[in-house]
Amino acid sequence: MHLAVYLPLLLPALAALAARPLADHLNPRLATWLLTVSAVALAAASSLALGLLALAGLARIPPAAALGHWSARVMQRDDPTTLWVALIAGALLTAAASAAVHTFWHRARTLLAAAVEATRLPGTGELVVMEDPAAEAFAVPGLPGRIVVSTGMLHALDHTERDILLAHERAHLTGRHYLFTAAAQLAAAANPLLRPLAAAVAYTVERWADEHAAAACGDRRLVARTVGKAALASSRTGGRSRLPAAALGILGRGSASLRSAGPVPRRVAALLTPPPSHRALPLAGTAAVLLAAALCAIEAADDLEGLFDLARLR
Amino acid sequence: MSANAHSAAGSIGGRRAGGALEAEVLAVLRKAAPHALTPGEVRTALGGSLSYSTVVTTLSRLHDKNVLARTPRGRAFAYTPAADEPGLAARKMRQVLENEPDREAVLARFVDDLATGDEQLLRRLLDADLDLGQ
Repeated sequence: MHLAVYLPLLLPALAALAARPLADHLNPRLATWLLTVSAVALAAASSLALGLLALAGLARIPPAAALGHWSARVMQRDDPTTLWVALIAGALLTAAASAAVHTFWHRARTLLAAAVEATRLPGTGELVVMEDPAAEAFAVPGLPGRIVVSTGMLHALDHTERDILLAHERAHLTGRHYLFTAAAQLAAAANPLLRPLAAAVAYTVERWADEHAAAACGDRRLVARTVGKAALASSRTGGRSRLPAAALGILGRGSASLRSAGPVPRRVAALLTPPPSHRALPLAGTAAVLLAAALCAIEAADDLEGLFDLARLR
Repeated sequence: MSANAHSAAGSIGGRRAGGALEAEVLAVLRKAAPHALTPGEVRTALGGSLSYSTVVTTLSRLHDKNVLARTPRGRAFAYTPAADEPGLAARKMRQVLENEPDREAVLARFVDDLATGDEQLLRRLLDADLDLGQ
């Protein structure tokens, strides 16, 4: 097996670098799909590559070779990978598989628990108002999902802004955004290099819901204002923000920039600029990376199969 | 309704039964909801014949029983009727949201917590649209 088997292991790093620019500049719906599919495909390709390397190593061990009726000597002679590489690949694959299983199990259980809670929430309507001075609003996935809004949040917003909030949360539920974030996080668990992609997906689903609300109300600036107002009300009433505003000066973050900002200011800034369009270049770039990963993985698998054929004892 | 209760209680003259006063106070606050009222406002709504400390005592007693919720306003507290059944269920939901990081991952919050510097940035982005005094 040659270079082809290592490329799927390196491509996730490239994708990680591209994740933030894609999330910032693409139409959020397209970006969500692109990043999620990329994360899952790259996690699969890199796991396959690790599997092939480990398998090639296993085949060199005489007892395993005897069991599979192939020649350990031929494998040792013709396979360019060293035993150490195979061992490391095996260890990484084991770690990736157990992390993925762990994440899948936890996420599935949490989603199920959320769905159960959604049915237990009072009333039968989609909206649940909770008596709480802290400004808070969130969607609970379920069948059907529910939207919980605190009285503190309702008081902080006017009529139109409440409609925007509901349109945003409804977009999360109808678009099943929790499945995208879950899939991306599963991929990131299997391959930690893909974590920036999972973080980008968490952001693009928010942007997707923002743009959905903007389309519903017809005014992107109004959505920007609503998001900003809600965030300020939330930090004012909830005491959940990490540091009081007065501490800003002490920390010397005088020149807060969008590059290092949290998701809320980035969402607001995105809504204040013209809507992102579908661009051909990032699409083509992503397609090329995925295609390369797939081709390399297939090529490496083919290579290994050839090797096994050669080493088969007749 | 509260006016009727008031005149009825008032006609007894002098001290009212604690339970009657509590019911009256609750009625005033239910009518005013979702706006919270300070003891002074409750006293005015009840006709102003009661002493301020009586109203405060009644309100704190109701708050101790979890019938009322209160938020600080100025030097006093402002009171609203506490969560009924629906409110309690939703409040439990919020506790869950705050206590379990994994749970938070599946609940789509409208706005994330602001990080250091975010508030400043938000105000700069939206300065014309936001009430800076808030």
